Amino acid sequence: MLWACVLLPQLALDGVLRRRPPSDEPLVLVSGPAQGRIVHAANASARAAGLYRGQRLTAAQALLPSFVMIEHSAGDEMHWHRLLAAWAYRYSGDVGLLPHAVVLEVSRSLNLFGPWPHFESLLREDLVGLGFRHRIALAPTPQAAYVLAGVEDGMAVLDAPKLRGALSFIDVARARLPDGAAASLQSMGIRTLGQMLALPRAGLQRRFGGDLVAHIDRLLGDEPSPMESYRPPDTFDQRMEWTHEIEHVEALVFPLRRLTGDLSAYLAGRDGGVQRFELLLEHRDVPPTRVSVGMLAAAREASLLFDCARGRLERVALPQPVVAMQLLAPDLPPFVPAGRDLFDARPANAMPLDQLRERLRSRLGEQSIQHLRRTVDPRPERAQTAEPGTKEMPRREGLPRPAWLLGTPRPWRGPPPELLAGPERIETGWWDGGEIRRDYYVARTAQGQYAWIYGAPGEQGAWMLHGWFA
Amino acid sequence: MGQVVALDSLFHSRQVWHGRAAPLPGSSEPTGWPMLDAVLPTGGWPEHAMTEILLPADGVGELQLVLPTLARMTQAQRHVMVVAPPYVPCVAGWEARGVVMAQVDIVQAADRDVLWAAEQCLRSGSCAAVLAWPMQADDRALRRLQVAADTGKALAFVFRDRRHAAHASPAALRLELESEPAPRVHVRKCRGGNPPAQAVALAAGWS
Repeated sequence: MLWACVLLPQLALDGVLRRRPPSDEPLVLVSGPAQGRIVHAANASARAAGLYRGQRLTAAQALLPSFVMIEHSAGDEMHWHRLLAAWAYRYSGDVGLLPHAVVLEVSRSLNLFGPWPHFESLLREDLVGLGFRHRIALAPTPQAAYVLAGVEDGMAVLDAPKLRGALSFIDVARARLPDGAAASLQSMGIRTLGQMLALPRAGLQRRFGGDLVAHIDRLLGDEPSPMESYRPPDTFDQRMEWTHEIEHVEALVFPLRRLTGDLSAYLAGRDGGVQRFELLLEHRDVPPTRVSVGMLAAAREASLLFDCARGRLERVALPQPVVAMQLLAPDLPPFVPAGRDLFDARPANAMPLDQLRERLRSRLGEQSIQHLRRTVDPRPERAQTAEPGTKEMPRREGLPRPAWLLGTPRPWRGPPPELLAGPERIETGWWDGGEIRRDYYVARTAQGQYAWIYGAPGEQGAWMLHGWFA
Repeated sequence: MGQVVALDSLFHSRQVWHGRAAPLPGSSEPTGWPMLDAVLPTGGWPEHAMTEILLPADGVGELQLVLPTLARMTQAQRHVMVVAPPYVPCVAGWEARGVVMAQVDIVQAADRDVLWAAEQCLRSGSCAAVLAWPMQADDRALRRLQVAADTGKALAFVFRDRRHAAHASPAALRLELESEPAPRVHVRKCRGGNPPAQAVALAAGWS
């Protein structure tokens, strides 16, 4: 077993930062009761000004006259934590949650994603894209990976015998030991894990109780670590809230990119797709504006989801400024990636046809793209349909058919045309009330156009124009 | 100065050269009309470029001109987009000319979106040909289509009314259809050569 631990040192702060456009202004998360507000987390420019975690808010305000203050929300933090677990689920079927960290079992994933350095770079690339600061370590047990990630970024211990050596230099205060144990060990003069492991086991058991010994066993892999395995939920629901109001749809594009990016990461982890989802734009006083986004087929590529949603969003008229946006995807169908020809002759940077269709539909309307196909009906109006279907109908040969068809036949005005071919009598449709009796002719107009016209059987008077031989 | 020199003597003494245009590479997109191919400088549609087709009225054989090309493309599993056609394409008529309708997407667009949609299709690089019927197109808009066709390596066919013939156009090939007294096509402009003087006869649309 090999466990990778992704430690998220500033999960709550990243969760807030990633939904704001990148900027350098100092930002602080605050928590605590109203009388004793403290700094829960501070971004890089706030830290540069001397603000730190645990500082009293009054002290922080004395150091820095103006900074953005946001209330820390434990619920949001848990939400991001779960999102990252869903992301990690893409790489491993065995994902666990530890405080501020996600651990995943990777020994089998390495077969698929390549050796650890390559796999690690994949993880880092994804996390940078999602906008989370992280530290990654690899060890034979989840607890050891957790400890190593806290000490040094990028540490990897691949086999169990080396684990004891790697752990022995770690300060007991940073070894995430059970409550109180670290302080007592230090007062006993024990500074590192190596010194602690050298102590007789019975003595440790007597002094510190079973907790510490059990913890050591789990750390070294002598005992399996009980861990609740993460299972991704069957729906996706994510909400973003701002402290300011957004008045223009254009300003929603940046958060939208985040939301669709998260949805894409989630879908990749679940190996699923999404065909329709809904954006809820919440306002202060009126009911939320709903924007539903539908696609022709299940998709999961971030750029495609973003394109589709953006196209729909840009056509929305906002009744009021937006205070929050929510993305809901209740139904997640399986996703079948489109196959691509190995000897594809198209340009390398070509946009896939599906993505092109979605882009057109998002601006021109849901029904804007049609495929026409034949039906068995002999009536010209019903001989073709835009309804989806795959059944191949037999082809009739021989009789002239125009290239353009008028949606509805219209009376022929102007000088009588010169008849070139016909008549072809079409007399059918008695079974469904749409009965027609017509004699069709090919005719040439005075302007030199070739027309497909019809009249009542046996009469050559009131012509109706039904198509052009264009 | 003032001395008269025979041109031949200059040629013989190699002081004057005859300029010759470099031969154009042949087009890999024949029009399907051998007589039209014969008069076009590249022997086919200009590749990765826009062709403008000017019409006196609807239904004078404009589709006959392009259907053989569409048939060849769709049979090779390449995709064709038809943007804002003035009428409904008749499946039986198109299939009679060999077009595989499953490879043809019909895009319904409002007047102001036609050029945008055509440009997206051309630029995407996943369509072999795009047919468009823009209502309002100026020189700038057509130039965009020409650039998009070049970017996406596609053929663009733009159908417009004959009254636009007087205006300049960035199209690589301009054809004008004539219906009276017989269906004919005039080449008004072609990249890589002078437009031929005589018109090319087309078969009538229904035969």
